[in-house]
Amino acid sequence: MGLAFEKEVVEIRFHGRGGQGAVTAAHLLVDAAMRENLWGAAFPFFGAERRGAPVTAYARVSRRVVSTKSMIKKPDVVVVLDQAVMNYVNVFDGIKNGGVAVINSATHTLPSTRLPAGVRIHTVDATRIALDFGLVLAGWPLVNIAMVGALARILGMKLSSVLEAVNSILSGRAAELNSRAAERAYREVVEVEA
Amino acid sequence: MARLTLTGNHCVAHAVKLARVKVVSAYPITPQTTIVEKISELVDSGSTNMKIIRVESEHSALAAVYGAATAGLRAFTATSSHGLLYMHEMVWWVAQARIPAVMAIVTRTIGPPWNIWTDHHDVMGQRDIGWIITMAESNQEVLDETIKLFKITEDPEVFLPGIIGLDAFILSHTVEPVEVPDQEIVDSFLPERRQPYVIKSGEALVMGNVPSDLLVNFRMREGVHRGLRNAEKVIERVDLEWGKLTGRHYGGLVECYRCEDADYLFAGAGAWVGDMRIAVDKLRDIGLRFGVLKIRYIRPFPYSRVFEAVRGRKGVLVFDRSISAGSAGPIFLDLTTHLYSSGLRIPVKNVVTGLAGFDIGYEDFVKIGKSFVNEVSESGWITSFLDFYP
Repeated sequence: MGLAFEKEVVEIRFHGRGGQGAVTAAHLLVDAAMRENLWGAAFPFFGAERRGAPVTAYARVSRRVVSTKSMIKKPDVVVVLDQAVMNYVNVFDGIKNGGVAVINSATHTLPSTRLPAGVRIHTVDATRIALDFGLVLAGWPLVNIAMVGALARILGMKLSSVLEAVNSILSGRAAELNSRAAERAYREVVEVEA
Repeated sequence: MARLTLTGNHCVAHAVKLARVKVVSAYPITPQTTIVEKISELVDSGSTNMKIIRVESEHSALAAVYGAATAGLRAFTATSSHGLLYMHEMVWWVAQARIPAVMAIVTRTIGPPWNIWTDHHDVMGQRDIGWIITMAESNQEVLDETIKLFKITEDPEVFLPGIIGLDAFILSHTVEPVEVPDQEIVDSFLPERRQPYVIKSGEALVMGNVPSDLLVNFRMREGVHRGLRNAEKVIERVDLEWGKLTGRHYGGLVECYRCEDADYLFAGAGAWVGDMRIAVDKLRDIGLRFGVLKIRYIRPFPYSRVFEAVRGRKGVLVFDRSISAGSAGPIFLDLTTHLYSSGLRIPVKNVVTGLAGFDIGYEDFVKIGKSFVNEVSESGWITSFLDFYP
């Protein structure tokens, strides 16, 4: 299926809170991309990571090897694992005109933040999905894999690639439940009309 | 062959396992820690019979590796930054004793202030000792070069330890698709361990005692230098051998990217060479013919290969991610020294940048490249030999 984007390199920034698995989400996306003969790189933001504090992770997905190693300052896509982060962090910072946001949201409404021009908003209720599958750790819904499912759909990647990636990184019951969560998010993600 | 998505650090761990290393000893320090964490997972899963020696410091970690290696075992350690500084005395000891061993240095700047990001001060601070030092650009290269280092260091013409340098986070914690060779491939590539002498139980061996003849001691020092110079041809040969087995050649001591018709060259080492490649493509789009000279080995410094690559150019920009304070960047110092002694006189400028982890991307290299062309065109030379950027 490959990339739905016309550009050769799609740059993605993940926003979450420490412990929500934003870094794992970025890794999983790259693993899924590799299974479609795409190239990718995933990397964390390198600061002190504390449980609960806002964190970012990054990924590049591309049709050819990308040799840049610098930080992503102007993402094509932002993924928000936790809307609470939007109270402290401008998740749209630097997003390209025509960029895409994928937000974990129960209400499927536009965020109250002022949106940059041309940004298309997609939402998925990843928290609900995580709770329905009992994906909870230390009281936190594990939304990261579901969010990768939603993101993969928007990027034009195959669900099977995501499921293969989930099963290469996780095993047993965790792999099974997260696969189902990714599948449901892949189906349920919607674009919110402005 | 398996295609996996791995961080640079996990590439090191896989390489160590594939090389059938017998002893690993290390002390945790960010950003190195996940190398040894992954190795302990591999040990725990029973997929390797390596022994991990737990120690209270980096100094002891390399001492343990030295002991194991002297006793005839393939041994490995990994560290970064302050851990490496604490280990420094043993770094000398291993090289001067001519004991092959491999160490990964996940390059991290040095405090104060406390900072975990990449620059090359830690690894460059080891360049005068006698270790082979290679710097990687990608995770695949980290994996391949770590495996190769065991062969290079254990070659009888070399018999010196080796360092694989990888940039903190931008390689160590970045996930990329990587081809992991099968065990049989690595087994067919790596011979049984060789080393100049072995400590054995029940056999007397004196080493490291007070020298009775200072000239012998002098010749030992000279021998370390000569061993490193011999390593040049071994490195080139081993790169070809690995290329035959895997299809991945890296050019040996240096790689030239779009050099054939280049008027100007970027020269540098480490992960940011990837950004230099993109910058060269972009500069060529606007009619400036640049190329990249990737210095893959810092020690031995490949001066013949560098001379061949640089000869006939209108100018060279050398990028250093560290500085010998009070002088200039170490790669610049090596490169210009050898060009001078070869009688080559072309404009070579040093740009020291990316210190303390300051993020440098291809846009920066494009900007610096354009400004260099203006400087050389207008002045016919360079107006300063060393600039800090920004």
